Amino acid sequence: MATQDATSKEKDAQAEVPGGEEIGFGEIKHGLPDADTCRTVLSKMMLIRRFEERAGEMYAKAKIGGFLHLCIGEEATVVGGTQALTETDYLMSTYREHGQALARGTHPNAVMAELFGRVDGCSKGRGGSMHLFDWERRFLGGYGIVGGSLPLSAGVALACDYLETDDAILSMMGDGATNQGTFGETMNLAALWKLPVVFLIINNQFGMGTALHRHSAVTDLSRKSEGFGVPGTRCDGMDVLDVHAVVTEALRHARDERRPQLVEAVTYRYRGHSMADPEEYRSKEEVEEWRERDPINAFSKRLVDEGVLTESEVENLDAEAIETVDEAQRFADESPFPDLDSLYDDVYVFSDDVPAWWTVDERSPEVHRGEREREAGELPHELAEKGAAYAGVGDHVQRKRRTPRDQDAEGEQQGPGEEDEDEAGAEASGTGEPEADERDETGGGG
Amino acid sequence: MAVMRYREALNQALREEMEADEKVFIMGEDIGVFQGAFKVTAGLLEEFGEKRVRDTPISENTIVGMGVGSAMIGLRPVVELMTINFSLLAMDQIVNHAAAIRYMFGGQVKVPLVVRMPQGAGHQLGPTHSHCFEAFYLHVPGLLVAVPSTPADAKGLLKAAIKDDNPVVFIEHETLYGQRGEVPENGGPMRFGEAATRREGDDVTIIGISRMAITAQKAADVLAEEHEIEAEVIDPRTLRPLDLDTILESVEKTNRAVVVEEGWPHGGVGANLAALIQEQAFDYLDAPVQRVTGADVPMPYSKPLEQAAFPHEEHIVHAALATFRDL
Repeated sequence: MATQDATSKEKDAQAEVPGGEEIGFGEIKHGLPDADTCRTVLSKMMLIRRFEERAGEMYAKAKIGGFLHLCIGEEATVVGGTQALTETDYLMSTYREHGQALARGTHPNAVMAELFGRVDGCSKGRGGSMHLFDWERRFLGGYGIVGGSLPLSAGVALACDYLETDDAILSMMGDGATNQGTFGETMNLAALWKLPVVFLIINNQFGMGTALHRHSAVTDLSRKSEGFGVPGTRCDGMDVLDVHAVVTEALRHARDERRPQLVEAVTYRYRGHSMADPEEYRSKEEVEEWRERDPINAFSKRLVDEGVLTESEVENLDAEAIETVDEAQRFADESPFPDLDSLYDDVYVFSDDVPAWWTVDERSPEVHRGEREREAGELPHELAEKGAAYAGVGDHVQRKRRTPRDQDAEGEQQGPGEEDEDEAGAEASGTGEPEADERDETGGGG
Repeated sequence: MAVMRYREALNQALREEMEADEKVFIMGEDIGVFQGAFKVTAGLLEEFGEKRVRDTPISENTIVGMGVGSAMIGLRPVVELMTINFSLLAMDQIVNHAAAIRYMFGGQVKVPLVVRMPQGAGHQLGPTHSHCFEAFYLHVPGLLVAVPSTPADAKGLLKAAIKDDNPVVFIEHETLYGQRGEVPENGGPMRFGEAATRREGDDVTIIGISRMAITAQKAADVLAEEHEIEAEVIDPRTLRPLDLDTILESVEKTNRAVVVEEGWPHGGVGANLAALIQEQAFDYLDAPVQRVTGADVPMPYSKPLEQAAFPHEEHIVHAALATFRDL
């Protein structure tokens, strides 16, 4: 019954955007920036939209595994917020972060390759959809634990302050994260220590399948940080210029006055929480209503209305986005899976010759059968091949071979190490086929 | 050699590493004005100021997480947690973040973080302040785990932990803070992964974890005096990486092994070591590997119950004798 009540209440509330009046939802509030900026902003939003649509298709084709969370509908929030950063500022996000990586400039090829689990992915295939990372562009991830990134972002802000830089960090979270303990803890510490951080709540109205008014007693999320000393403001998350303006101002306070800020962007995700979401918690009408406020359509229309772009120019930008995504898909498809010998890379930083093994498998890689030698010869590699064969992938990929000692010697950055491709190829073809059969029997293929 | 207390040795390590590197800073609950719940950080606020000695609110998960975030950007934070029980509030940041970040982002960043915390029973602190959880952290790839039992190791290993580029869980022991011991003058960092042989003997190998390395030495004296058994006592000092070679060499010599820890028996350090020893030195063993552990209960407050709930010399002597039962 409780659920039914909640659902009907939700339907009553459908027509309204929470705080819509205060935000001036859908109104024109800001003048357009210069034409180049308009074009950049629009093409970034289009790229994200087309990229996410393609990612959804690739997931359906099983090119992408695990969970896939798409941000379609949230492009204005993602791009508007990210555009407010300087080049040396940092950006941190949640697990719904393909858009953030793309907006920050991570190459779409590297993002798609990561979704495909390939070695050219921006996290080398280690992180997947939820854990994108691009150090060069100061995009600091991609985190799978709701609220887990909040302390990290305050730590980054602490480092910015400690090192006496002018850098700041924009820390994005979902509406669900405001209910985690780290939310209050982090707000308090950010305010207490006067850290250069802006928290941006991407309020897409749902924590997974639980509507905002069913998961948060206070639905004006911009107020949730005030008691901790972090002032909050709201913006129209479907209006890229409004998000940009409000986040820019918030960053100014955080950077120049060392007063951390919170911004709530009111937006909507058109797609389910993840690809495995039957969306029984909301009506099609509600989704349609939000689609009418589509941030890309609204911004394109305005650019055409005000004579910045012609309709055909808008269409061309969209066509370019599609081409870019085509190329990303092609690139990801052609990128190899990570070398199986890299399984143990980067668990630790090897900076000196510690006279002991670091992980159990480094020492006894063949399932603990009394191995005394650190260098276990070819056996661990054979076992790795067999493990990968369960996935039915990877046996066509050319491999490089290394011994554990090589890995130690390589120090912090990994390199190719010892190569023995002929032998590797021979073994791969030797072990791949029978294991694929075995997989069907055991049901271990997933 | 200078004689000093365990807490003073830790204090020196912090001071020296803070002097050596501006990027080293410490934060934790009551470490500054209050000088630390166990006075490990005494005098550091005065010497280094509020920027580098930061009193925090009681927010364990977030202060560890801020340590992780600042370490990603190049600082070398040392976070103090008041007891290992409180570190459970920070488990998300330690396991899901500190330990995983380098790996899951393909090696693009490192997390040179130290999280210090005391553990152990004996002060009647009851069921939420007295446990030994090294087994939790030993479990996690990506972490280094240190369990120093002497002032010299406390200093040398803490210096090493601060200099290391990996996240380190540094587990001190509450009842050892006041213990005195010799510490080398101008000693540098020790190396992780080097066990100490505290006492040599040919008859049985006793491996003691954290404070139990000390208790094991006392038990070894009893074994020699009362039973004519010469025990070899090994203190691994770090559990990740683990110096298994020293342990195996000793077991190959003595053919018997006893593992002593203060934590719970199921899934404990002893369970892990017993498995490793039987896997890798089975042919040398003359008896099953014995484990001596804390009682399988939350730690009680009442003094006699508390004392009964963690190992003493008698337990170790008994276990060592059990390895000779069939002779």
